[in-house]
Amino acid sequence: MSARDRILGRLRAAPKGSPVALPDIAAWHATRPPLATDAALAKFRSNMEAAHAEVHDTTAQDWPLLLARLAAEKGVRTLLFGPDTPHGAQLAASAPAGVELVPYDRPVAQWRDRLFDGIDASITGARSAIADTGSMVLWPDANEPRLMSLVPPIHFVLLDAARMHANLLAAMLSERWASGMPTNALVISGPSKTADIQQVLAYGAHGPREVIVLLCLASGGKP
Amino acid sequence: MSQPIRIHAARDFKERSLAALNDPAQRKNFRGAMDFLQMKRRAQFGDKDELTTLRDLGEAIRRYALANLPELLEQLERNLTANGIQVHWAETADEANAIALGIARRVDARLIAKGKSMVSEEVGFNHAMEAGGLETLETDMGEYIVQLAGEAPSHIIMPAIHKTKQQIAALFAEKIPGVAYSEDVDTLIRIGRQVLRRKFAEAGIGLSGVNFAVAETGTLFLVENEGNGRMCTTVPKVHIAITGIEKVVARLEHVPPLNSLLPRSATGQAVTTYLNLISSPRKPGELDGPEEVHLILVDNGRTQAYGDLQLRATLQCIRCGACMNHCPVYARIGGHAYGTTYPGPIGAIISPHLRGLEATYPLSFASTLCGACVEVCPVRIPIVDLLVRLRNEAQAREGSADATLRGSGAARTTLVSTIWNGWALIYSRLRMYRITSWFMSRGRAQSPVEQGAWTRSRTPLTPAPKRLRDLIKETNQ
Amino acid sequence: MEYAQGFSRDYPAKPADVYLFATCLVDQFAPDAGLDTIRLLEREGITVHFPQAQTCCGQPAYSSGYPDQARAVARQQLDIFPEPWPIVVPSGSCGAMLRHDYPKLFAADPVLAPKARALAERVFELTEFLVHVVGFAHDDSGAPCTIALHTSCHARREMGCHETSAALLAGLTQVKVTGQARIEECCGFGGTFSMRFPDISEAIVSDKVDSLRATGAERVVSADCGCLLNILGRAAKLDEIAGRSEATLPGEHIATFLWRRTGGEPS
Ligand code: SF4
Repeated sequence: MSARDRILGRLRAAPKGSPVALPDIAAWHATRPPLATDAALAKFRSNMEAAHAEVHDTTAQDWPLLLARLAAEKGVRTLLFGPDTPHGAQLAASAPAGVELVPYDRPVAQWRDRLFDGIDASITGARSAIADTGSMVLWPDANEPRLMSLVPPIHFVLLDAARMHANLLAAMLSERWASGMPTNALVISGPSKTADIQQVLAYGAHGPREVIVLLCLASGGKP
Repeated sequence: MSQPIRIHAARDFKERSLAALNDPAQRKNFRGAMDFLQMKRRAQFGDKDELTTLRDLGEAIRRYALANLPELLEQLERNLTANGIQVHWAETADEANAIALGIARRVDARLIAKGKSMVSEEVGFNHAMEAGGLETLETDMGEYIVQLAGEAPSHIIMPAIHKTKQQIAALFAEKIPGVAYSEDVDTLIRIGRQVLRRKFAEAGIGLSGVNFAVAETGTLFLVENEGNGRMCTTVPKVHIAITGIEKVVARLEHVPPLNSLLPRSATGQAVTTYLNLISSPRKPGELDGPEEVHLILVDNGRTQAYGDLQLRATLQCIRCGACMNHCPVYARIGGHAYGTTYPGPIGAIISPHLRGLEATYPLSFASTLCGACVEVCPVRIPIVDLLVRLRNEAQAREGSADATLRGSGAARTTLVSTIWNGWALIYSRLRMYRITSWFMSRGRAQSPVEQGAWTRSRTPLTPAPKRLRDLIKETNQ
Repeated sequence: MEYAQGFSRDYPAKPADVYLFATCLVDQFAPDAGLDTIRLLEREGITVHFPQAQTCCGQPAYSSGYPDQARAVARQQLDIFPEPWPIVVPSGSCGAMLRHDYPKLFAADPVLAPKARALAERVFELTEFLVHVVGFAHDDSGAPCTIALHTSCHARREMGCHETSAALLAGLTQVKVTGQARIEECCGFGGTFSMRFPDISEAIVSDKVDSLRATGAERVVSADCGCLLNILGRAAKLDEIAGRSEATLPGEHIATFLWRRTGGEPS
């Protein structure tokens, strides 16, 4: 008999106890009403800022300009991007001056050193966002690999304001996560941090020190 | 670098707790940290109704998972396998380590970069790997500090909570080549980042724990703030996740309530920086991520707790650490005094299953049963009832119906049982009680001034000249 | 509060008769607290019956891991309250034992389990009873004073009695109840814990004495004799060590304090 069989055998041999009903997640969900768009955006913004992230308003057309300005302000000289994403193409078409665009276009093993030591910042899209906790959902893929949101010290995230969910459960349900999970899904709520030394908060522990959200609003202006 | 597992019985526990009590600097660290964490948690749960609903739900989700544990584990295995993740089962700590070692040998790994995993501490992972010729490197800042110091974590969430920044500054200056002494926390973290960053790429294997394993989709949930967990699960060619068999939940939608309770209870954060959801190894065309992902499911005594309907509640735990953050005993003696991987109230109730009662029974007695842990436990584990039950098991007569666990009876002494039998005799027979208490009152002048442990710290207890029952009788006459 | 069982319960109308379960500590070490409990209740027109057959609730053995011995003692208490009157207990800890642990202790016994449950339903901690059943309202006739309240962990977490104790004290116009650092923290007594781990117990109770002293309160009041014996015993020991002849932290049972403040003659 294998360890597996013995473990499962012991679990099966244990007393059953009274049956436990399937937890009523829907009832709980109903106690947390959806937020109106403005309220959701405001909540997302304040939570993100409280977590030490920056949120800048822009539009689907203008964000490359904003990115160029922010990159210049922060002294970004190399910017990692996914050339085969729509926003990657848009960026390549209006490359910010003085910034080298570095495509993530080959397996990490082929250029690990440069990725870890030679990149100032990255830009990725976000699939959606969560107002309740100030979080962004990323589903990395072949065009925008996992390490883009982790290794460079600054992470710019392009977020469509229309993709705002009230909370994590709402995101999971309305995007039907359970019907097919990607290799890796991420929920990111600000820059990397630690409080492991005397409960003092420090940013940029292993991941990005700065997370900068480029929030694309349909109206373009301040909401 | 890491410590082998050591067994500490009653005497060791007493010695260690005494040493901790007599270390004023460390006591100050713990007290300060506990006050801070309690305050942060309180701030998260201002809305009592929300908390009540969430705790009810958290408890229901964990109880549902346990009630269906064998089926859910099989479903988890099926879905993970279908996703390309290899599932291994380990009955013991040794088996878990042997599985990891086997993988390491096959892929010819030299270095294992570790994300935070208490189960790896529990099975003595680092020690076993080093014995097998592999190097292990802790990459969580707290764990890194503790490993550098050659110590074990003193808290399940904040491993280096017992250390001051001055101690850490000195440690870095001593152990890391080319590092000057600095007490600046940002500087210290930057040093850690630089040292560890190079290592992720060198490591052939990344190890991680698991916070929730979702049976429905075959997904491993990892919760963290630093990003080292993401590094360990993304950069090395092989990712091994190690976890207890109880960590499974039935559905994806069961995670959000637990994930709301976990960081809020643990550190008073609304959410951690990263939720890392892993469902498969790198797929064709993807440019990063591990080529192999393994999950080691560890029993190591958990099935013993599972076999008892009352003790099964122990396995509801989501390892938030709130029970230790609110424990008056933990706050005084810190984590190392317990001598177990898991300290504090959760340590007292889980360790007997992992290590047997012989080695761990003192922990169940080292509690005032104040219930502060029960009040904060996000999944409502009845910790006090479980402690009382373990005290009973520890003192049960061998072969009696009360002796059901590995090591039951280990704390039984004839003297103590005789005292309780005598006590029961007096208090269950009115005449005996009347006579005894009468003599106590009449003899109050002769009450001993030395009353053992009591009078070492307090003035002696003296019975009143007349008992209440006598005074009442007098007034009624 | 956050214990699973919750605190909400239905309270009866003020009865003509109640039982007093005084607890072994009050019987032997603090009879005044028992007498003052009786006086407080009788002033409300309630007849207090003290069954002479009562001994101890059994908690010391129960919490030490000797359920058989605890059951033997608890069994003795099950039959001594034959009338359907409320049972008032001037201790949150012993009250919690009767109310919450008796049903568990006898759960496997088909004859005694219903008895234990029925008894548990009738158990009220004193301050809970004064607030919710009696509607205690008497004028404070004492001089202005500042006190600190200590609530036992069982009273607080299993019975919710920190609120009823506080409410009674808030009704005394001349009494100021001070705030207190870590008011919710245990005093470190824990029954046999204080014997098994005297050093840890001492560390906890010393901190409790410190934070009570730091309030500047002239005394500490509590509805639990166990905690009081522990806290006051520690404070007195520290006085002794420091060579002080006056007690720097006196204290009394809340029944005595209430009786004294609302015009009652001292025992
Ligand atoms: S027992 Fe409860 S409070 Fe303690 S770590 Fe586990 S879940 Fe958290």
